[in-house]
Amino acid sequence: MKPNDLPSDATGRYSLPDARGHFGPYGGIFVSETLMHALSELKHAYEHYRTDPEFVAEFAYELKHYVGRPSPIYHARRLSETLGGAQIYLKREDLNHTGAHKVNNTMGQALLARRMGKPRVIAETGAGQHGVATATMAARFGLECVVYMGSEDIKRQAANVYRMKLLGATVVPVDSGSRTLKDALNEAMRDWVTNVENTFYIIGTVAGPHPYPMMVRDFNAVVGQECLTQMPELIGRQPDAILACVGGGSNAMGIFHPYIGRREVRLIGCEAGGSGLSSGRHAASLSAGSPGVLHGNRTYLLQDADGQIIETHSISAGLDYPGVGPEHAWLKDNGRAEYVAVTDDEALDAFHRLCRLEGIIPALESSHAVAQAIKMAPGMPKDKALLVNLSGRGDKDMHTVAERSGIRF
Amino acid sequence: MSRIQAVLAALASRRRKALIPYICAGDPSPELTVPLMHALVESGCDIVELGVPFSDPMADGPVIQRASERALKHGVSLARVLDMVADFRRTDTRTPVVLMGYANPIEHMGLASFVAAAKAAGVDGVLVVDYPPEECAEYDRLMKQNGLDPIFLLAPTSTPERVDAVARAASGYVYYVSLKGVTGAASLDTADVARRIPEIKARVGIPVGVGFGIRDAQSAQAVGGIADAVVIGSRIIQELETSAPGQEVANVRRFMSGIRGALDQIAA
Repeated sequence: MKPNDLPSDATGRYSLPDARGHFGPYGGIFVSETLMHALSELKHAYEHYRTDPEFVAEFAYELKHYVGRPSPIYHARRLSETLGGAQIYLKREDLNHTGAHKVNNTMGQALLARRMGKPRVIAETGAGQHGVATATMAARFGLECVVYMGSEDIKRQAANVYRMKLLGATVVPVDSGSRTLKDALNEAMRDWVTNVENTFYIIGTVAGPHPYPMMVRDFNAVVGQECLTQMPELIGRQPDAILACVGGGSNAMGIFHPYIGRREVRLIGCEAGGSGLSSGRHAASLSAGSPGVLHGNRTYLLQDADGQIIETHSISAGLDYPGVGPEHAWLKDNGRAEYVAVTDDEALDAFHRLCRLEGIIPALESSHAVAQAIKMAPGMPKDKALLVNLSGRGDKDMHTVAERSGIRF
Repeated sequence: MSRIQAVLAALASRRRKALIPYICAGDPSPELTVPLMHALVESGCDIVELGVPFSDPMADGPVIQRASERALKHGVSLARVLDMVADFRRTDTRTPVVLMGYANPIEHMGLASFVAAAKAAGVDGVLVVDYPPEECAEYDRLMKQNGLDPIFLLAPTSTPERVDAVARAASGYVYYVSLKGVTGAASLDTADVARRIPEIKARVGIPVGVGFGIRDAQSAQAVGGIADAVVIGSRIIQELETSAPGQEVANVRRFMSGIRGALDQIAA
């Protein structure tokens, strides 16, 4: 399917997914029968509330007054001048409460949990950002909160574990499999099946079974919607390209989605190239993977010759995932979005440049998108505009970056 | 009539309950899988469910996940599991074998290639845990075209519409599991199962197996009094885990013979 065949509804607007959660051949609901009821209940609730004026107004109010939206777009003038080409603009999701775009989605799902009368929320987390965002919402709304985290990740992210505890959440270590994000996800699913009567599962990215990829995208789409009005205010037009990092892909889907129908804007997803695609140590499922079924949806996966999921690597824990949201898989196949791999070293270089030239410490995840802009800008005229989703701040990455430079606190 | 259907029909005509054990291929070691399958048959099991190890067994409990991890450490792939079935078939052409696993290894092999290879190896049925009927029309068609039975799960939360959807897709038998979703997790609520099974049987029109919380003779008897088939999985894996090296086959044989005896008392 070519971009000019983008499925649209009666008003001409992009209309995926279909009623059963498919983005072309991707997405869907690949789960055991035991989960079908919980997913169906969630789907019906979300379908009702997504257009309920009271719910929409409450979400907008909380985003403004609690999260601190809208986030500004900042012209990275010194970085752009140094590169000598296209102008680089940063969508400052790092300025949100809790320091990343993740909070848009956890706010949306926490409000939905309340409407559905579920007093308990659970979440999986890798680096801990989604866990902290979920624990924050649970504290804000007085919900019980349990966060599943791989025991390997707990060791690597002690500060975030403590943050979650400060916020009143229970952090449960997961010792199965590779003891990382994907194992935490498996464990959270098990909890949900067992406790679905009183529990809402807050998934942190645009993956998982329908309706999660659609719902998480919708809650994050506020990012792209703001850009649609902010860019013309800044430069009198939309940007030439939008860049965002892609692990599961929630910040990228959030900023891409309102632009899918605007074909003059290039959409570029930046995956974790780790030590390089040829090294085999990376997490670039779209660039180097193949389609398969994992965690409830069909999408691109990193798998071995026997169809087993392989362990991934990235300097940024938030991109360290062997799958990717199904809508990205579809946008890749039909060519509407492009996906590139950015290595650990390139991301680190971008991290340091943004610190020194703009006084902004970006998350290592977001640094992958900044790195791609740094690669592209010099080859483009000065009147072109690149919009980078600066999806999070880098405070959480101090240890990782210091360690790479041989520094110990 | 498939081998599964024939075996279940013959049991029903003798008012005997089917006993269906689950083991994970390659656990505790690949060399033990075929001997364990034969031992299960010798101890009175009617159908053998053989787990295909997967790196992310989301719908299983910790016990079966551990078995899967042990098997993967031995490098047991789907192709190797099919070889084990073929090996088993060299001396047993009577006992149906059902593979139980996840969609990804099967799709990676290719649906058509998998179904052809499974049939050639002597597999009789396949349960793909993360294939609800809505997502597997092509698989369902290929399976039935080749005379293999696609087995599906039902849960306490399955609505009448979903039971009907499963009934349209399933053949052989359906497998009723606990809402506590994950294998090996739940304790048995016999009254609840007793309420649900007759209604499900009426809707699906094929035998119904129940498979959770069955840990001993007593619970097997309780379920056997209600369902057509009793499925035991996690408890066998635990038997393997606690066996001294070299004792695995003998211990499983002893344990399952006890269950068989308990089930036969129902018919008597």
